[in-house]
Order: sequence, then C-alpha cells, then structure tokens
Amino acid sequence: MDAEYHLTTPLSDRDVEPLRAGDRVTLTGIVYTARDAAHRRLIELIEAGTELPIPIEGQVIYYVGPSPAPPGRVIGAAGPTTSYRMDPFAPRLLEMGLKAMIGKGKRSKEVIEAMVRHKAVYLAAVGGAGALMAKAVTAARVVAYEELGPEAIRELRVERLPVVVVNDILGNDLYQEGQEKYRILDT
Amino acid sequence: MREIPAQAVVDAVRDASIRANIELGDDVVEALKRAVELEESDVGRDILEKLLENAAIAREERIPICQDTGVAVLFVELGQGAMVAGDLYQALEEGIRQGYEEGFLRKSVCDPFTRKNTGDNTPIIVHLNLVPGDRLRIWVVPKGGGSENMSRLFMLPPAAGWAGIKEKVVQTVAEAGPNPCPPTIIGVGIGGNFEQSAILAKKSLLRLLGTPNPDPGLAPMEEELLREINRTGVGPQGLGGRVTSLAVHILMMPCHIASLPLAVNIQCHASRHVEIVL
Repeated sequence: MDAEYHLTTPLSDRDVEPLRAGDRVTLTGIVYTARDAAHRRLIELIEAGTELPIPIEGQVIYYVGPSPAPPGRVIGAAGPTTSYRMDPFAPRLLEMGLKAMIGKGKRSKEVIEAMVRHKAVYLAAVGGAGALMAKAVTAARVVAYEELGPEAIRELRVERLPVVVVNDILGNDLYQEGQEKYRILDT
Repeated sequence: MREIPAQAVVDAVRDASIRANIELGDDVVEALKRAVELEESDVGRDILEKLLENAAIAREERIPICQDTGVAVLFVELGQGAMVAGDLYQALEEGIRQGYEEGFLRKSVCDPFTRKNTGDNTPIIVHLNLVPGDRLRIWVVPKGGGSENMSRLFMLPPAAGWAGIKEKVVQTVAEAGPNPCPPTIIGVGIGGNFEQSAILAKKSLLRLLGTPNPDPGLAPMEEELLREINRTGVGPQGLGGRVTSLAVHILMMPCHIASLPLAVNIQCHASRHVEIVL
C-alpha cells in the first residue's frame, strides 16, 4: 500500500530514502521555482564556476512559471510545467545535491539514473490544477532573473504542497507501473 | 453594410480572454464529472476530483484555472455584410493585450531564439474566414504549451487509410503519456493539405464536449478512436487509468489524390474557449 509522508525542506538523504513511487507526500518549507530559461542560466554559471543565486544542496526545485499575483494574493495560479524540458540540465544539479524536483510528465533515462546515483526523487503535482496548487503557497519573492518574468527564479514558502512520488532512489517509475496496470492489450 | 466599432471588438476580446482563463466551461466540467464515474483507478479518480475542485476555486477566487494561460488563438468569422470600423487585427490584439494585463494572466510568448518574453502575450494567432451574414463571430481559445508540444502532423500515404490514421492517433496519445496533462481532448484533422489539416484539428476543439459531430459519418469514428485511446492505460495525469481522453473530435475535408494528411492536436483538460458574437 502506498504510504503518506509529510516532509519539511531542505531535505536530507534520510528524508528521501524511504520514499517509493506511488507514495503521497506533502511538502512544507522553501522550494525554488525554475524552468527552461532559469535552468540554462544556472548551468552557465556552474560551468563558469560562478556563485549561484540559490542554494542547490538539499533543496527542492519546482518547475513552474506562475501567473501574476492579483492584488491581495501572494501568487497567481501555480501548477507544474512539463519536466522533460529540464532533463538536459537536471543531472548536473542532482550531482550538486538537489534532492527533489517537482513537475509533471516523464523524465529521461539519464535523469532517472542520476536520481538513483545521487539519492533524489522526482515528484509530480497535478498538471493544470494551478488554482488549487496556489493555495499551498504562503509567500513568494523573486530571487533572481526578474527580467525573465514568469520564468524568474522565485523562492516560494509552501505549506503542505501535495505531490506524488513518480521516480524514487531505486529507479522505480510510477508512470510506467500505473499505465501497465490499466493497459488493455489486443488479444 | 453593418458597421462594428473596433472598440467593441477590443472590449469583447478583453473580457473573453479573462473569462476563458478563469471559468472552465460547463461542457468540460460535465465531462470531468462523467470521467469520475468511469474511472476505475483510485489515484485517477482523486485527480479528476482535484481538477473539479481546481475549477471551482478558480471561478470563485478569480484566478486562472492553469498558470499557463497560453498563446491566444482566435478563430474569427467575419460576415461579408459587416465591416469593422478601424483595424480588425489591431483590435483583436489590443483586446488580448488588455485582457492578459488586467486579468493577471501569464504572458507566455517569447522570441524563438533569444527567448525574450514579448511582455504582453502578443503576437496573437488569428484564423480569419469570410462568411455570409453581417455578424462578427470570434472564438477566443487560449492554448497551453504542454499539450501543443505533444501534437503531431503526419503526411500519410493514401493506402494507410483508416487503419493508418487510427494507429497514428493512438500512438501520438500513448507516446505523449503524462506530458499534455491528461485527461485530454484529441482534435483530429483529416485531409486538406499540410497546414489545413492542422487548422482542422485545432478547429475541431471548438465543438462543445458532449455534442455530436454534425457529420453523422464521423461520429462512430470518433467513438472508435476514443475507445482505442482509453485502452492505452495512460489515465488521468498519466498515472494509469481508464480515462486518458475525454473525447475525440474530427474535422475532415477532401485532399490531393496523392495525400492523406493527418493532424493530431492535443488539448489538455483545461480546454478554454469563449465564443463572442458582435
């Protein structure tokens, strides 16, 4: 039976080791937002040996470009974007100690292998449920690349952000397992 | 000649773009409710219920259903007895510009190379047709990137026939898996030529969910495709289940004797479309 965990960021190896594909997790604490353009810039800084605008070790990156916050709100809609576009960049960040990524959709073999190697997990949020996910965000501020607009890196404070474990440290894949269970083959 | 002031177009498009992004259509809500009944997977049902909850929160708190408020696609039918006093294209664009700013919608359009955001969600994409009558009809259809990225176009050999079409449609949806935010709606354009098949596929998505295809010959083909797609097991959010797609819509037109164009335009469950008549 799939388990339920409540975790507080930043995460340690001990936090992610027991998680298995299919487990439900709620996250509380700081997560950083980054998507296509921000990832490209982070990797360029790493390659140049320059300091990064955010910590990576033990952290959680949420692949999201929120809609603007209307007056009186901390954020607009804030659901996940499709993760495969960050696959070329993710292994380098995992090597630096990134412990979890939140997004939606399949990851590459290279990213899944890097998660096994560096003890990290990939978590899925419900795609297209941006209004619902925003309810878990209690504070938001831009920490880098403001000029990228929705693609800027934001520090989000989240309170029980609901996600499900897709890839665990053993290389299991919930998409594969779940779909095989319901696939009807021609007889 | 019936005259329509350009400002009326600006105002209507502005309001429609906000409404489309905040209020999920009743047709989609009803389809999601039917999906909850059909879904056998616990996780799948839980997701479908979350999507309904999400739609209710968005409507009540006036924030977008999904943060990806999309590229603004506008299907426009201008009656030949009507004329817009002013520049129609500029009015459409200004409506989108105002709607995305005033509605706190995300600006998601950028330069393809530098990736610099244009800042106001323009340019827009307009499909304009002249039709009989003296009305101006506009469908405002914001389209997200996740589902658009998983869409495909095939120039099949005529010998591929219906079997070939079925194989490609099902394969496109299966390979897309969780990426386009299932449960999806599958727009299928058959025939025409290279670009026309893609426009047909997209235009088929304007039909309200749960309404039959006006071409009675296509209705059973839509059902057959939906059945095949829902055998893939992809399920809600790709986590496994019976409801991978809510519906398949087909539009068809004759094509070249050498060709069988097929376009598959995937639409996520946040299917946003508002129709305006001026």
